[in-house]
Amino acid sequence: MNKKFPVMEGKHITVRFGDGCDYCRSQTDLKKGRCPICHTIWAVRDVNFQLYPGEILGIVGESGSGKSTLLRTLYFDQPATSGEAFLSLYEDGKTNFLEVSSQQKRYLRNHLMGMVYQNPMLGLRMKLSSGANVAEKLIAAGNRNADSMIERCKELLQHVEIPTERLKEQPRVFSGGMQQRVQISKAIANNPPILLLDEVTTGLDLSVQAKVLDLIRSIQKELGIAMMVVSHDLAVIRMMSDRTMVMLGGRVVEEGLTDQILEDPLHAYTQTLVSSLL
Amino acid sequence: MEKTTDRNDYNFAFLDEGSKREIRRSILHAIAIPGYQVPFGSRELPIGRGWGTGGIQLTMSLIGPHDTLKVIDQGNDDSVNAVSIKRLICATTGVETTTDTAKADIIQSRHRIPEEPLREDQVLVLQVPQPEPLRGVDAHEEVTRQLHADGEYTGIWVNLFEQLLTRGSAFRGADHPVMVDDRYVMNPSPIPRYDNPKLHQAKCLYLFGAGREKKIYAVPPYSKVESLAFEDHPFRKEDMSGRRCRLCGAENVYFDEIFDPQTGKRFYQCSDTGYCLKRRNAQEQTEKENCL
Repeated sequence: MNKKFPVMEGKHITVRFGDGCDYCRSQTDLKKGRCPICHTIWAVRDVNFQLYPGEILGIVGESGSGKSTLLRTLYFDQPATSGEAFLSLYEDGKTNFLEVSSQQKRYLRNHLMGMVYQNPMLGLRMKLSSGANVAEKLIAAGNRNADSMIERCKELLQHVEIPTERLKEQPRVFSGGMQQRVQISKAIANNPPILLLDEVTTGLDLSVQAKVLDLIRSIQKELGIAMMVVSHDLAVIRMMSDRTMVMLGGRVVEEGLTDQILEDPLHAYTQTLVSSLL
Repeated sequence: MEKTTDRNDYNFAFLDEGSKREIRRSILHAIAIPGYQVPFGSRELPIGRGWGTGGIQLTMSLIGPHDTLKVIDQGNDDSVNAVSIKRLICATTGVETTTDTAKADIIQSRHRIPEEPLREDQVLVLQVPQPEPLRGVDAHEEVTRQLHADGEYTGIWVNLFEQLLTRGSAFRGADHPVMVDDRYVMNPSPIPRYDNPKLHQAKCLYLFGAGREKKIYAVPPYSKVESLAFEDHPFRKEDMSGRRCRLCGAENVYFDEIFDPQTGKRFYQCSDTGYCLKRRNAQEQTEKENCL
């Protein structure tokens, strides 16, 4: 993988709920991304980004700023209204993967991307065992050898420090931190080059948060996966990401190296955000 | 008692000609795409939904005045359900019925495929309670139709894997899903796993009707039908070896197990009563000939 070229690139991605009107189309900074006339919500508006191999890109912003919607769009949970996105490992980065067929989308989800949701209910099937949850990714990738899949599931669960004896237990009996770890093991099951993390530590207590973040960092170091980390917690972003994008009302208002953003914020919103932390 | 109805009071085979024509078109559609579930306008019948109305509509659309009909329920020719269906069809068509599989043109069945191999000129109609193999994966019809269109059956494989992981076997007792012509995954109606291999390269036409769910699907003659199984856990049907029918002495057929609480003994007897009766009649005939 060439480190000079982005592994994933988004161009002018827009996600809109509603038809829009002449007024909101012409306005670039709607309050909270909501049109006061037609009530259309511009959840993500004209977002551009590059994700380079092996880096962690942090996305920070207030609730409703469009961070999670952007991630959900890239993982095909939410269709984009307009815009393009490319993966260097998919058809030499020449095909806009937001507009491919549903079969191709599944291929990309199962081979090139992994996703960890804030709510484990979205990423796991609570009535299946944790082993079957992890194996789902392996099966989706075409594996039909049950014994080898069981071995791989044990290996993955061990990797995220879940005892292999709990392979047959349903994730609904696990603690929040353990559920997130099952999600992480499922997301990395096929060694994808890209991992999308949506508020993975929200709702966890501080010691568990630290454990989950340490785990993600060790996985990133070991496997060299490029990650997009969404959080509203600047401490998480400071700890995890190499570069950071700040979102407000569906737009990216500032982008740069994490240290630079935190030490010398340029946009008024980022300044407020950083000062509230400090 | 005054007779209230007569066969001539109804159209031949109860359904009106327009309905029969529509169902026949759906059948042709189903035959053209093996394993694909074709929606159809399921009609009201004087039998409650879930009591074989899908199978009855298929039989009534196909049957002619010179056909011979056999109806079985879990292999049994004389169960209440089989007799009621037979009576309804006979009352509205006047066709002959039989218990002998070889003599029947159309066989309507629930939960079993007869032991005797079927011929090219025979049609087996199976009653289906739940036609959608992906229903356990997603409750929405819109989603399951898209999954079928994409050939995306991960959910079914995950359920089989879960079964293997938690119960030690990836096989269901009945209704074990099959892949038809390497394209569609299909529920073979709740036939025992023992009958699944009979669908593969069969000479006869298999039709599946779900009246409540309003779906028809088919396995045309000589189709490739494979039961889903993992590479390292190949498909196995129920092991009937070492068992023998207490009535006809048959071996290597699918048996019903009967427990006698008085003696505590277990007996086995052919699940297919028509097959068992035919064997016993043949044995009796041979004994008579030997005596003479």
